[in-house]
Amino acid sequence: MRATDLVKRFGSVTALDGVSFEVEKGTVTGLLGPNGAGKTTAVRILTTLLKPNAGEAEVAGLNVVTQPDEVRGRIGLSGQYAAIDEDLTGRENLEMVGMLFHMPRAVARARANELLVRFDLEQAGDRPAKGYSGGMRRRLDLAASLVANPEVLFLDEPTTGLDPRARISMWQVIKDLVKDGTTVLLTTQYLDEADSLADQIVVIDHGRVIAKGTPDQLKREVGGERVEVHLLKVDQIQQATSALQFLATAPITSREDCVMVPVTGGGSSVVEAVRALDADGIGISEIGLRRPTLDDVFLSLTGHTAASEEAEAPRPRFGRRRKAA
Amino acid sequence: MSLSAKVSESSRYTAAHSKVYWAIHDGLVVTWRDLIKLPRSPDLLVFGLIQPIIFVLLFAFVFGGAIAIPGGGDYRSYLMPGVFVQTIAFAGAATSVGISTDMTKGLVDRFRSLPMARSAVLVGRTLADLVRGSITIALMSLTGLLIGWRIEGGFDNAVMAYALLLAFGYAMSWVGATIGLSVGSPEVAQTAGFIWLFPLTFLSNAFVPTQGMPDWLQPIAEWNPVSAIVAAERQLFGNPNPFADGSTLPQQYPILVSIMWIVLLLVIFMPLAVRRYRTATTR
Ligand SMILES: Nc1ncnc2c1ncn2[C@@H]1O[C@H](COP(=O)(O)OP(=O)(O)OP(=O)(O)O)[C@@H](O)[C@H]1O
Ligand SMILES: [Mg+2]
Repeated sequence: MRATDLVKRFGSVTALDGVSFEVEKGTVTGLLGPNGAGKTTAVRILTTLLKPNAGEAEVAGLNVVTQPDEVRGRIGLSGQYAAIDEDLTGRENLEMVGMLFHMPRAVARARANELLVRFDLEQAGDRPAKGYSGGMRRRLDLAASLVANPEVLFLDEPTTGLDPRARISMWQVIKDLVKDGTTVLLTTQYLDEADSLADQIVVIDHGRVIAKGTPDQLKREVGGERVEVHLLKVDQIQQATSALQFLATAPITSREDCVMVPVTGGGSSVVEAVRALDADGIGISEIGLRRPTLDDVFLSLTGHTAASEEAEAPRPRFGRRRKAA
Repeated sequence: MSLSAKVSESSRYTAAHSKVYWAIHDGLVVTWRDLIKLPRSPDLLVFGLIQPIIFVLLFAFVFGGAIAIPGGGDYRSYLMPGVFVQTIAFAGAATSVGISTDMTKGLVDRFRSLPMARSAVLVGRTLADLVRGSITIALMSLTGLLIGWRIEGGFDNAVMAYALLLAFGYAMSWVGATIGLSVGSPEVAQTAGFIWLFPLTFLSNAFVPTQGMPDWLQPIAEWNPVSAIVAAERQLFGNPNPFADGSTLPQQYPILVSIMWIVLLLVIFMPLAVRRYRTATTR
């Protein structure tokens, strides 16, 4: 799969402003970005739902603009909002999708059964989908996107709104699919999700690709480990910064009640930091060694954390992982 | 775990038949989806059926005595074809609302990402509305028979009358689909889908003879497609049809003119609706 200089404008809004990336067959690519970054727009173009204003895209070697029908025969899409018929049962939803993939009725029926079992929906399979919980809907939607065993699977925020257990089991499902050779493009606002699933991460913001690489490459770009200290008293930030100066291998930064000190000494740096702060009578509420997460990648690339965007966004759905110290 | 299907299976199935075959197949699958919902909301079905029955009874008993039919004849016999046509014309409004509701749901994205015919969602919806319309017409016919309406034109003509009625309803569904796809929301479709139907059905011979209308209105009513269909129904059912006294084309050849209207509506609105559907993205 390949996207080249994709541009998409909605009136005066430029949702995509020259996005390019490539996805190797059989790998997972995470499209990462805050609300309004253009993730859904990119997915909609690649799945033939939208036409780009400029640029080209190829999916499974087929051009999405000139060969949309061929592309549709090979992809599965599970959009940001569950695309299921509320009035039909889970089973009927899957059978309908199978028949619209032109499977004979018996085959569609067998496939529906197989997927209901696989996604733990057998019990609910004959109830109308409007009675399903959010997690069940998500699973049904994913099942619907797998009916024709697609070569390329698009998942737009597949775990948004799921509880932690459901998220983990969704991750397992995605990993299994990749093991079977499916190519996956998933969008997410959850940095840990991209971290744990993706072979490659494409970070977009305001319709532009601002970084690309493996999770490790991106983390390396941001720098090494650091000690993070949460203070009891916020007004002691200055004091703490100078007390820890001797440990720092790069400039110390701070945010709210937290001082972040780039270090190289591993666990012993934490011990030294505790001693130094204690000697100066600075109270610690939390302290720990932190390895860079994608959250940091985000901060250093965009100048704001993905979470700080949450305050401005109308749909706060951004779950930021707080690493316990 | 791995699914049993092979990757190429879907395209192999598709290759086995022509595009037209799959367009019909896909349309019928969507029809099936719309129809299996019917019995699941029985209250909707019941009220949908009660409304036209109330219409028959109201017109028959309230206006029945007040309206004289030129050339004589019973008003109830005169009325029934008019109510049939009005009811079936309003099927167009149901399609407007149904389609625009569909468009607001994520399901349309699923449909648009499948290798199915682009026309299928519209074909499915209009066919399902046709089935609903047929049930309504059957029930209204029974009500009509109970209050004294009779089919007096013979069996063959009656079959043709019903066929013409449903064909007109189907064409109106495509007009409704185009409207439903042009407005922004189901709420707007709720009004936009209905509003034009009132002048269309009332500025006609459906409920009152055109002879009683003001001079400037008469040509409008005479050339209104609804008048042609109603006159064709009256002729085929053998009910009183004073409209035939006039000399215009629809008055002289209502069946022919009706068929022309139906074809014209389908030829214009089918491609228009499909095009709107193609370009519409869900909001
Ligand atoms: N149909 C549309 N009409 C007008 N503007 C749109 C449309 N779709 C998207 N946009 C705009 O394009 C930009 C990118 O939207 P997009 O949905 O791709 O973002 P996203 O990264 O998926 O965000 P989220 O995390 O909120 O889902 C936004 O500014 C959005 O308002
Ligand atoms: Mg989105």
